[in-house]
Amino acid sequence: MRLLIHTTMLAAIGFASPALAETELSMWYHGAGSANAEEKLINQLVDEFNASQSDWKVVIETFPQLAYNDAVGAAALAGELPDILDVDGPVMPNWAWANYMQPLGIDEAKLEGYLPGPIGRWNGEVYSVGLWDAAVALTTRRSTLEKYDIRIPTLEEPWSLDEFNSALEKIKASGDFEFPLDLGMAWKGEWYPYAFSPLLQSFGGDIVDRSTYQSAEDVLNGDSALAFGEWWQGLFQNKLVPGTSQDGADRETGLLEGKYAMSWNGNWAALPVVEAFGDDALFLPAPDFGNGSTIGAASWQFGISGTSKHPEGARAFIEFALQDKWFAAFSDGTGLIPVTSTAAADTANYKPGGSLEVFYGLSENQALVRPVTPGYIVQAKVFEKALADIANGADVADTLDAAVDEINEDIENNKGYGH
Amino acid sequence: MALVTSENRGLRLGARYAVLVLVAIIFIFPLLFMAMSSLKPDNQLLLDTSSLRAFLPVGEISLDNYKDAFERAPIGVFVFNSVLITGLTVVLTLLVCSLAAFSFVFLDWKGRDVIFSIILATLIIPYETIFIPLLLMASQLPWISTEGLEFGWLNSYRVQIIPFIADGLSVFLFVQYFKDLPRELIEASRVEGASWWFIYRKVVLPLSGPVIATAAILKFLFMYNQYLWPLMVVQAEEIRPVMVGLGYFTDQLNVPWGEVMAYLTIITVPVLAFYLSLQRAFIASVASTGVKG
Repeated sequence: MRLLIHTTMLAAIGFASPALAETELSMWYHGAGSANAEEKLINQLVDEFNASQSDWKVVIETFPQLAYNDAVGAAALAGELPDILDVDGPVMPNWAWANYMQPLGIDEAKLEGYLPGPIGRWNGEVYSVGLWDAAVALTTRRSTLEKYDIRIPTLEEPWSLDEFNSALEKIKASGDFEFPLDLGMAWKGEWYPYAFSPLLQSFGGDIVDRSTYQSAEDVLNGDSALAFGEWWQGLFQNKLVPGTSQDGADRETGLLEGKYAMSWNGNWAALPVVEAFGDDALFLPAPDFGNGSTIGAASWQFGISGTSKHPEGARAFIEFALQDKWFAAFSDGTGLIPVTSTAAADTANYKPGGSLEVFYGLSENQALVRPVTPGYIVQAKVFEKALADIANGADVADTLDAAVDEINEDIENNKGYGH
Repeated sequence: MALVTSENRGLRLGARYAVLVLVAIIFIFPLLFMAMSSLKPDNQLLLDTSSLRAFLPVGEISLDNYKDAFERAPIGVFVFNSVLITGLTVVLTLLVCSLAAFSFVFLDWKGRDVIFSIILATLIIPYETIFIPLLLMASQLPWISTEGLEFGWLNSYRVQIIPFIADGLSVFLFVQYFKDLPRELIEASRVEGASWWFIYRKVVLPLSGPVIATAAILKFLFMYNQYLWPLMVVQAEEIRPVMVGLGYFTDQLNVPWGEVMAYLTIITVPVLAFYLSLQRAFIASVASTGVKG
């Protein structure tokens, strides 16, 4: 009997030893229910990291994206943040400013050769890094442009404002399509600043003055912004694009079904276009409205929470994730853009000659991150409302002035957001 | 003076039924829309919203949305959690609030009216306004578990149940109802030597079916529809309730409407079942107290 007890105790100690050596790291991820490959890949990444060493064990908790930011805010309040946070790029400065996050503390040499969007910087330090980027393009068919004798633009020579307007008018005059262009007005929220603020920037305006981040005066309601606002409203008044009541189903399939001649859409929606149109599919750079061609950048990224007791463990996990192998796996699994050219070469879609290769070039050459300020989360909502109101016929100058007032008041209320 | 003939009575009855049927249709249409939409693919669902087809099982009908919804989210876990949390809270609320009301109505103690007034005053405070301090308190509260004394209630079932057991509305409903019970019954029981606990269990509660049903249904609806509180205090998927689970059906840009409708149809079943099981008592209570659900 004594032998049995001793054997049992030894076995228990033996089983318990590895568990005692490992320190648990909690990690939150925003994609519960996303029904795509990303969640599986994240789990695979965590499993491989856990198996690769014996010091740390990452335990993942997934949240629905709709509730994620609120859950993080509540956990920060209660002092219950996890060690590793998943954060949307433009939201990161807010979380860093609020001390929800701490600097990554990784060797920046490891980030050389990365696309700019997936690196989250705040106050001169890197707080977060993503494994992929996303880019937007004017998606259309070569045969459509050729039919209406419209020049095919390139990265070096994108359409000018006049060329773009002329192309829309030509297509509209043909009567072949319900609308010449689909901007994706059925999508709400972050789509507006991500997809449309680059158009404002190309006119010469912006959501906020990036030189100080203390005001939106003159950038969101100056002459350039007013010109953008008038042009934007004209798109809707002249029936060149569907309005804010666009059906979600039309957004998904309108281009493929021939309702729209062009669509302003992301690389995540590009594969069905390639499948449907083959070599006829075109992904064109953003037009240059006078101040360069610009598209949005930034992705979901990993960071270390401000209250993590094991930042070295969290850092080890994030560094483990920063491998071409994972960038390529995420790209192949989700269709998103790998963050390095070497990883791109290993992917099915972004390798030289791949069907989505063009998006890597767009991301590399045109991408601009959204305003890097804690106030962005408020500014994005103000911008979204202003653009929707203008699209629905509101006075351009009054709407932009009101948006500027709201943004400036928020900055003032938050004492400049630490800039 | 007009004569009331059997023909007139028939007409009146017909008109009354016509109005009732119309009202019933108005109330049942959203449920019908939800159930029918859950059977259709997204593009057809959105197209049908502009016509009466939205309420009919026409077009490409299948259970695919249900299959996809179950693949997307652990629906069984969410429904189980909500039923458990809601069920326990309802039972404990009925016990605690009816005992409190019993004390307010039948026992004579110092400060009773002041305390009751304070409880009544809480009716005008929305729960959302106290969620932040409640969150801070809950994160520090002690608890004795199998592993000994621990601090912090977050990420547990108890944090979703205990803060909602005592509530002013349920106490108020019980007080109003108990006041209308014949005092002679209570006095006779006391004269016979019955204890207060005996009177509560054997005299008052058996007469309180309607108010128990009303309080139970109101509490059930409040708890089953909880979103903000569990979102703030629960991080583990295995203890999330159904309303937070709804977030699994939206991502940054797209909403799979068919799956949303399938999910809503599934999570509506427990609510309907609970309501139908208490319907008679609830109607009796509404009729007798004028309380609206």
